[in-house]
Amino acid sequence: MEFLLIIVSAIFVNNIVLAQFLGVCPFMGVSNKLSTATGMSGAVCFVITLATVVTYLINKFFLVPLGLTFLQTIAFILVIAALVQMVEIVLKKISPSLYQALGIFLPLITTNCAVLGVAINVVTKEFTFGDAAHMLNLGEATVYALATSLGYGLAMILFAGIREQLSRSNVPEAFKGLPIAFITVGIMALAFLGFSGIV
Amino acid sequence: MSKLGLITKGLLKENPTFVLVLGMCPTLATTTSAMNGLEMGLATMFVLILSNIVISLIAPVVPDKVHIPVYIVVIATFVTLLQLLMQAYTPDVYETLGLFIPLIVVNCIVLGRAEAFASKNSVVDSALDGIGIGVGFTLTLTVIGIVREVLGSGSVFGWKFIAGDGMLAFVMAPGAFLVLGYLMVLFNKLAKR
Repeated sequence: MEFLLIIVSAIFVNNIVLAQFLGVCPFMGVSNKLSTATGMSGAVCFVITLATVVTYLINKFFLVPLGLTFLQTIAFILVIAALVQMVEIVLKKISPSLYQALGIFLPLITTNCAVLGVAINVVTKEFTFGDAAHMLNLGEATVYALATSLGYGLAMILFAGIREQLSRSNVPEAFKGLPIAFITVGIMALAFLGFSGIV
Repeated sequence: MSKLGLITKGLLKENPTFVLVLGMCPTLATTTSAMNGLEMGLATMFVLILSNIVISLIAPVVPDKVHIPVYIVVIATFVTLLQLLMQAYTPDVYETLGLFIPLIVVNCIVLGRAEAFASKNSVVDSALDGIGIGVGFTLTLTVIGIVREVLGSGSVFGWKFIAGDGMLAFVMAPGAFLVLGYLMVLFNKLAKR
């Protein structure tokens, strides 16, 4: 039951882009086409989940026992950078077409604040799912990371669909490109606000 | 580019938010009020100036292959410094801005300036570039903060001029996207003239 709450809350209620404002740059950058949006969502999903598990373990068994929690920011960003490099190498080998499509955005996952944001949130913030506020354990953290990144994918793919339509419609000159995109996301966020009552 | 040009380009020509469209996450998340926007801008400027200075100093000796990780470590060091300073001297501001202080590490503006400017220019120019872009970022965040605060809670910098609640949606997530979108339209319209 608690896992279900985590999943619903992370995907819909506290959607990472539309409610928490994490990972907005790549969200705007690669949502022009549905196919790249899907690929990017997959890559981000994989990196967020993996990075959260690894940083959680590093924090619990290395930084906390040694009293080095102030090094969290530096340690986490290094782990994430190494992981992204690894994903890049693997993707280049097994799917060159996807690698080509994601282009410069793959190395940019390192500077996608969604990845670092979720990793830091999980080890520093107390979460309330149903019962009292508590720190997440490893299982909950993994589910939370996976659900959050699925929420990222959902928002990105929905938005890419809208944006493909948008590119064919006649918008006023000053609104062309990013301004109308931001306004569209605003309306999407307004729609997602409707979920806020359920958890 | 002249020294004055370096400082003023962040305002219009290379405005980090409206022209370069970088660092969107803190721009959207922390501008719930004018004060929060201003504080976030200043925090980012602190890291931007110091990292620009250090990176322009070490750039000639950093091997090309590992330059990004090296830059990120430099930036992360200054962010950690900022975190410790803020926890010590302005704990309530640190509490309000929360997650977005450590996230300055992955703010594309900081790494972007390091890569595009500081690694190729002198120390003085890099410091000025940091100031220019930092001021541009701070001002933009403050303006967005003012607009959202006026619409959302009927006040400016905490000074209330409309009794009662404002349009709450503008303080929440949707308002951030909408205000940024419309301000961008306004900026495009004025900049084209």
